[in-house]
Amino acid sequence: MSAAHWRKAMNFTDAGRSWSGGRAAAPPRQATRTPPAGVAATSMGWLQSWRHIGTRHVAVLLAVLAYPWIVPPFFTYQIGGQSLVLGLIALSLTFLAGYGGMLSLAQMTVAGISGYIVAILGVSGTPEISLGWPWWLAVVLAIAGGSLAATLIGWLSVRTEGIYTIMITLAVGMAFFYLAQQNYAIFNGFQGFQKVVPPVVLGVDWRQPMPFYYLALFWALAGYLFVKYLIRTPFGIALQGVRDNARRMSALGYSPVAHRVAAYAVAGAIASIGGVLLVWYNGLITPGSVGTSWMINILIVAVLGGMRHPVGPFIGAVVFVLLQNFAIDLVDRERFNLVIGLVFLVIVLFSPDGLLGWWDALREWAKRRMAATRNSGMARTAVRASSLRTSSVSQVRPAGRR
Amino acid sequence: MTPLRRWFWVWLFGLPLLALAIWGIADNQRLFFATALNGLTLAALYFLVASGFTLVFGLLRNVNLAHGSLYLLGAYVGWVAGEYLGSWFLAVAAGFLFAALMGLLLQIGVFRFMHGQDLRQTMATIALSIIAADVALWIWGGEIYQFDPPRWIIGSTALPIVGKFPTYRLVLLAMAIVIGLALWWFLARTRVGMMIRAGVDDRAMLSASGIDVQMVFAITFAIGAGLAGFAGVVGGTALSIAPGEDTRYLLASLVVVIVGGMGSVAGAALGAVLVGVAEQFGLAYAPTYGIVFSFVIMALVLAFRPQGILGRRA
Repeated sequence: MSAAHWRKAMNFTDAGRSWSGGRAAAPPRQATRTPPAGVAATSMGWLQSWRHIGTRHVAVLLAVLAYPWIVPPFFTYQIGGQSLVLGLIALSLTFLAGYGGMLSLAQMTVAGISGYIVAILGVSGTPEISLGWPWWLAVVLAIAGGSLAATLIGWLSVRTEGIYTIMITLAVGMAFFYLAQQNYAIFNGFQGFQKVVPPVVLGVDWRQPMPFYYLALFWALAGYLFVKYLIRTPFGIALQGVRDNARRMSALGYSPVAHRVAAYAVAGAIASIGGVLLVWYNGLITPGSVGTSWMINILIVAVLGGMRHPVGPFIGAVVFVLLQNFAIDLVDRERFNLVIGLVFLVIVLFSPDGLLGWWDALREWAKRRMAATRNSGMARTAVRASSLRTSSVSQVRPAGRR
Repeated sequence: MTPLRRWFWVWLFGLPLLALAIWGIADNQRLFFATALNGLTLAALYFLVASGFTLVFGLLRNVNLAHGSLYLLGAYVGWVAGEYLGSWFLAVAAGFLFAALMGLLLQIGVFRFMHGQDLRQTMATIALSIIAADVALWIWGGEIYQFDPPRWIIGSTALPIVGKFPTYRLVLLAMAIVIGLALWWFLARTRVGMMIRAGVDDRAMLSASGIDVQMVFAITFAIGAGLAGFAGVVGGTALSIAPGEDTRYLLASLVVVIVGGMGSVAGAALGAVLVGVAEQFGLAYAPTYGIVFSFVIMALVLAFRPQGILGRRA
């Protein structure tokens, strides 16, 4: 069934897209929105999508490509590399929560499982446990294992809905943390694995800041474009349909459970790639890297950026990493958690759409002023064209703003 | 479920467990019963923590992920009170009252404004738990604190088969039973308890019949949070208090209510017994895989009865 069929069958209106069905008072902005034309994923889809590439896309791409040549290595690796890796893991959560309506806290666990597999099968500072297999085999198996784990977690958690998801995934993730901490035979207990470094391939040492940055950038871009593509495929649209109204979708003959589990699997693959990069970035993996605080940090990164668009997690990651590195100059080094907790609370209380939500509000305000002063039709067309690109309302704003 | 099918499930899980238990008793009688008793006392502690969690969820639909923080904060404040006032019983009371007050403030100051927005509430509780953990670390540091209970509680009691067993754990078990019965009496026999039960079933109807729902919510939240603080002092006496305990008891509450059924106090009791006993047996017989046992129970319940053993479909 094509997307166009689906829209017709669902009697697709823009107001119906808000996550909570009839419960929400639709934000006033939505009323002026037209249904996204680009959503129709026909064979023309790819051609059409080129038209969406604007100046800002090219500018951002050039900026991220040129970035490591301008800044010192610390910024390339510690800020750039880490933001991209965290962003990639958080992207998997954005996909799950923003487009699938499932807020999973276990994405860091999936990434951690993948990282542990790299350390256990590949080379690490603990040769008694690590098997020392070639890096490519370890990486492929890690991504496969991570995706499998994600699928199982998804299969468990889709048996219930809504708020239960967050509890079940939190419990699964915490259980994995305690298992990794207590178990010495497989996970090497509290110490974890040290010296898990990227290999030297094609004569390039991928642990050096610049190669690692480009490696992370490649996968981040790949993940971003993949998610952008996937949400316009029939699967992606059906998934958003399941998010908005699972009963209607199942009445139409779709299986909500299958779509949700598949979404978990896809998100798991993204998180697994992020997990491999993360273990290479840190050079080690310990139970602490999959502990509660990191599971929640991924949520913070995703919420901070905003879950309505796949670029959100990367923005959130940059802000998070900058805070992590420079908040200690403003406050005590020990009090980072307090700062990030407060930032998260402020975002949750005042901007459920994260920084993207603020950005949109700002832009809308500017547009409205422009329209008011000039009162020409052109400004309004600009609003409409720009709103085509922002995708639908995320789950994080269930009942609208009150 | 027909009785026949129910018996099928009982036998499917019951027989292997029974066989394992017989083997355990034959192998080492003392270890087996001591482990079982330890499991029950741990279950008592889990019940105290999880009953507040499940009560709050049942009525307010608020997954309070700061519940573990309330446990830890109650424990710390109780410890301070115990130091200054020199009485363990006052420490328990202080832990309960402080956590209840915190819960009241949270409900009145934060959650009231996000009513019906489950996910936002949950994320706000996550943010609050991060802040609370860091503030507690700031004030009390990373040291481990021990309580100073009255002399007669901390000795040991001779029991048949098991031999010497810490008296405090038996007191803990008794306390949980008393609290459980009190909670049952409160919910089943008092007017406020009736309002809470009515609210669990249908909140709109409750407010339509002229009841100040916000007040019922606040009372429930205060009781739920207070139970967490109470458990903090009581549990901190049995073990100790240190940073990180908050997530441990949050995990315990989560697993217990997922297994027992969200919003059901009886389910919390059943889930606590299952999880506590499984954890202690895991610790005794397969030390590094202890957590796997609780996890397997949770996975089995989710696979065959997603709403929890005593839960109702939402």
